[in-house]
Amino acid sequence: MNFTPDIRLFSCHYTAQQSCAGEGRELQELGFPENVRLSRVNCTGKLEEITLLKAFEDGADGVYVVGCPTDSCHNLQGSRRAAKRVEAVRQALGEMDVEPDRIRMYHLPRGLHPEFVDAAREMNQRIQEMGPGPF
Amino acid sequence: MIVAERKPLAEILEMVKDCKKILVLACRGCVTVCSAGGEREAEILASLVRLGLKKNGCRAEVIEGSLVRQCDKEYIDAIDEWQGQYDAILSTACGVGVNFIANLRPTDNVYPALNTTFFGGSAEQGVWSEQCAGCGNCVLHLTGGLCPVARCAKSLMNGPCGGSVDGHCEINPSVDCVWQMIYDRMGRLDRQQELTVAAPIRDWSTAGHGGPRKLIRGDLTV
Repeated sequence: MNFTPDIRLFSCHYTAQQSCAGEGRELQELGFPENVRLSRVNCTGKLEEITLLKAFEDGADGVYVVGCPTDSCHNLQGSRRAAKRVEAVRQALGEMDVEPDRIRMYHLPRGLHPEFVDAAREMNQRIQEMGPGPF
Repeated sequence: MIVAERKPLAEILEMVKDCKKILVLACRGCVTVCSAGGEREAEILASLVRLGLKKNGCRAEVIEGSLVRQCDKEYIDAIDEWQGQYDAILSTACGVGVNFIANLRPTDNVYPALNTTFFGGSAEQGVWSEQCAGCGNCVLHLTGGLCPVARCAKSLMNGPCGGSVDGHCEINPSVDCVWQMIYDRMGRLDRQQELTVAAPIRDWSTAGHGGPRKLIRGDLTV
């Protein structure tokens, strides 16, 4: 199905540094999908499960979280906590017979790295293949 | 505290599929402490119910509320605050709370969002274990403070049984044999001799086998 999914990204301050480069132009130049809406948070460990669910309630077809590598989170355990909350939402989606992969957790290096754009493209492709969300 | 966990979402959605206005009602008592039914969990559940109903083609207005506790009459009366805003209450309290709403709100539909599991404590963050069965005839003074009713799979009064192996229960090696723990602890307390006295056949009528229990404190009734 060819459609432009509504994708919400919650990323920690550190792994989303690339979004600040060149006043945001660098991400666009690197091919970051325009349909991925980025919300930066101080730490992904601060994200609550309800925030992720509200994104789906607000119409997101897919949601993903980008936090620090598990062994080097700036706030020690923040990204691991975020991963558990993402997993809780994945299980809840599964209980509703909705593809759990509509939400994913990525652990990426901090700073300027191509993986940040790669993750967005990957998520965009996954959701495009799944089709519009059921909510 | 009373420990509980959320029911499977499909079961909850089936309960409320025909409701048009749902009040997800949190309890700020035990189920808040065990992270099953407090305000945070009720907010999450309300969102899941909205998503699940929408996905199933149902339309309902889902609001959230909370009570200090759902096991006291004066707090149940506070449900009047949401009068007219719901046609069903989805309670995230333990079974006591759901019963109290049913007892005191004769025309309100109430549904349980949780499975009430046991009386227990938090062994570590995110882990709860059963410690008490509420049997109404406490024998902890005889067993060094460790409960054979709740923590022995057979509720033996004169344990351990032959299934105790290396301090573990035969039902599951991950379960400690409480009778081994009792003997070890009583030994440390220099009280092991007390365990040579055979416990008599137990009267289980206080444990609910005599029907629903009631406690009346004449000094407190008005």
